[in-house]
Amino acid sequence: MSRAYRKKDVGGRLKVAQVTFEEISASDFFYRNRDIAGFTNPSRAIFAAIRELVENSLDAAESLKIPPDIYVRLSFEGEASKETQIYKLRVEDNGIGVPPRHIPSAFGQVLFGSKYKLKQQRGTFGLGGKMAILYGQITTHQPASIISSNGMSRIYMYKLMIDIQKNRPLILDRKVLLNKEQWRGTIVEFCLEGDYLRAMPKILDYFKQTAMVNPYANLTFVDPKGRLYKFTRVTEHMPEPPKETLPHPYGVDVELLQRLIHITPYKNMLEFLINHFHRVGEKTAQKFLDFSNISPSRNPKKLSHEEIVRLMHMLKKFKEFLPPDASCLSPLGEELLKVGVVKELKPEFVAVHQRRPATYAGHPFIIEVGIAYGGEIPKKGAFLIYRFANRIPLLYDEASDVSVRVINDMNWRRYKVASDMPIAILVHICSTKVPYKTVGKEFIADRPEVRREIGNGLRETARQLQHFLTRREHVDRERKRLGVFSKYLPKIAQFSTSLAGKKKPPDIEKLLRSVKKFGEEEV
Amino acid sequence: MEKKKFKSTVIERRKEALENLESLGIKIYDQLDKGFFPSVEMPSRSLENIHYDPLLRQFILGDRKVRRSARNIRHLKPFTQLVWAAAFSHELTSQRKTSTLRDVYYSAQAYEMTFTDQQESNNIITDLETVLGLSREDFNIFPEERSAVFGDLTIEYTVPGYEGRTLNLTSHPDGVLIGPALTSSEFVKTTADKVIAIEKGGLFTRFIEENVHKKFNAILVLTAGQSPRATRHFIRRLNSELNLPVYIFTDGDPWGMHIAMVIISGSANAAHLRELNTPDAKWSGVWATDIVNYKLPTDPLDDVDIKRLYELQRDPRYKDPLWQREIKTFMKIKKKAEQEAFSRYGLTYIVDEYLPAKLEETK
Repeated sequence: MSRAYRKKDVGGRLKVAQVTFEEISASDFFYRNRDIAGFTNPSRAIFAAIRELVENSLDAAESLKIPPDIYVRLSFEGEASKETQIYKLRVEDNGIGVPPRHIPSAFGQVLFGSKYKLKQQRGTFGLGGKMAILYGQITTHQPASIISSNGMSRIYMYKLMIDIQKNRPLILDRKVLLNKEQWRGTIVEFCLEGDYLRAMPKILDYFKQTAMVNPYANLTFVDPKGRLYKFTRVTEHMPEPPKETLPHPYGVDVELLQRLIHITPYKNMLEFLINHFHRVGEKTAQKFLDFSNISPSRNPKKLSHEEIVRLMHMLKKFKEFLPPDASCLSPLGEELLKVGVVKELKPEFVAVHQRRPATYAGHPFIIEVGIAYGGEIPKKGAFLIYRFANRIPLLYDEASDVSVRVINDMNWRRYKVASDMPIAILVHICSTKVPYKTVGKEFIADRPEVRREIGNGLRETARQLQHFLTRREHVDRERKRLGVFSKYLPKIAQFSTSLAGKKKPPDIEKLLRSVKKFGEEEV
Repeated sequence: MEKKKFKSTVIERRKEALENLESLGIKIYDQLDKGFFPSVEMPSRSLENIHYDPLLRQFILGDRKVRRSARNIRHLKPFTQLVWAAAFSHELTSQRKTSTLRDVYYSAQAYEMTFTDQQESNNIITDLETVLGLSREDFNIFPEERSAVFGDLTIEYTVPGYEGRTLNLTSHPDGVLIGPALTSSEFVKTTADKVIAIEKGGLFTRFIEENVHKKFNAILVLTAGQSPRATRHFIRRLNSELNLPVYIFTDGDPWGMHIAMVIISGSANAAHLRELNTPDAKWSGVWATDIVNYKLPTDPLDDVDIKRLYELQRDPRYKDPLWQREIKTFMKIKKKAEQEAFSRYGLTYIVDEYLPAKLEETK
């Protein structure tokens, strides 16, 4: 889980923090630093909570290759302060369910359940629903209720809170029910303080855009006023799930090396490299060890801190590692992207393009681009830009995003495109490590490799749009032409009849037919 | 039978106009009926195709033709407008009604043939003139009247309601408007032996008050600036049907000079038309040399005047030595004078002294 890797990232800082603060648990750390996870203010918090839980639910269904059915309800519970209210948030899914013995930890312990493998995952904040539940507990002092079943004979219900100081779940109540109807999925329900009115536009945007890149999902949202927003699936077809891969040597840092060394069962460097890194075989491992002057028989667990740092530098310096492959990525695919855009934007025309896999700093990534024109897309004097990372909509800091820069730098006139046209542009990056610029994780950094791929994707789709526009212009011109003929020829007939002093107008049907035929040929 | 005294062109021209319009209609009708895109051909009116014909002593259109075809999408609307204008004119002419350019512009809207502006409808009428080889007055589209005539000429109206009625053109002391009714009337009798065309209304009135028509046995025509085509055609008829010599008096400046020239040799704008000019008419004054000889009060020529003089100097209509001499004199003295300038010698000086002298000089 890439999420686990990021957790360690923060965990690394945690270790340092221990020196200063003494005993501080992971939960405590996040409690004190909730900005990092996106819970900056009451409006952001309610948005982040919904988003985290919805994304967990999507992942839970997709891991079973089941089209997700997700139901979200936010209900008003009472006033909290002048500007904020208490809401109850309930998220239901039809996903894989959480194994009963893991439920308390999965929802009541921050940084639980790491794996040391990489694949593309949604979680932008890397903390899943736990942070949301923690935030709810901090602001309302009420327990969260978790109901889950894997579809077998039992349903498990937990009421729990998080012991923030110890980072341990406190189980308040536990029930086991018979699962007569073979229900499968997870329901999370808890209270939190927030400002829905202010968050509403972003939340609705979030659902709409999530529906766009998850056209195989049913999303239902009931807001505190009882309004129902429903996003219905238009396809059962789902993208290939990503395969787990090992980290690529170019992409590791000291913290990851330490973790790997900690858990490895291998007793020498050669086997350590072959078994824990992506696309490293015996030959490459041998060459690297020669290059970095490390003995193949060296026990990795005996490396000193300085040697680990040196190992990381050498891994980055060695030029002969094979580039990572993209099997660990799960792009949406052109078909689904098209279906999603058509479903949510109802354009007159859409062009999509998926780039071939590329890498930056050892991390594979794939760019998918879509351009939609006309139909229900509004004309607002600028392009509508939709940004996605690992199938998650990015809704903040648009101006800083690399996609926006590439879009602004493009010479659109070459493609007969003007900024006042009704155009929506969609850019999706999927990667095992999305190159976010800041801890807020709302926009993509300007990496030359990423920039190039986005640019190429945009140019490809822009060319298709240009074809469409040229063709449409042509059809329009023909239609207009036919209109002119059928408007004026009868008049010429009428006037010449009276001028010539004839009784009966001339037969112009033949002429009109020939114009039509002529016109159709040109179209 | 006084009526037959002069050979009339009025009836003839109306007949010709109706025939031309009808044959245009038949041509287009037949093309349509055979399943062809109708088209008409006409001489090009572009500047390169306008030439001066020294024999006719007027501008004419060259051999270059343009074809207006309903097959061409860009021609379709103007073509339809042209056919409409023809049908409209035919209706006017056969019903003996008249219209103006402005009227045409509005009438089109009744047929859902809206013109985008006055200029567009004016162009279509000019096209129709070119196609038919007739001027628009022939198919009863007249300009706003402003020029007038006074003198001993009896005419007989042909307009509906007035057929057979006669009028002597001395009957109204302000003169009679040269409008559709007068233009289409027949000449019955006259005692005049010359025509004097005058640029300005003030002098026209002075001449009537001073009995110039009697003293000089003349028909007086007010051109009111650059003369309308109906007036030019009227002057031509006075000249050709009644065999009267024509003398033109204008201001002494390049613009007055050109008013006379257009009466004599026609304009480039009307190169597609015939019988609007009077090649034998004479420009009698005010010349640049008159300004010198009569010591007239003057204004200096301004830049626009000078520029105009250079244009005229190169104009083929001005190649005659008299014109060239006057242009050079204007350039030399750099002065201009109006007809009214003679008033410095008393109100009647122009009639008593100047006019007889000049009529004699340009005889």
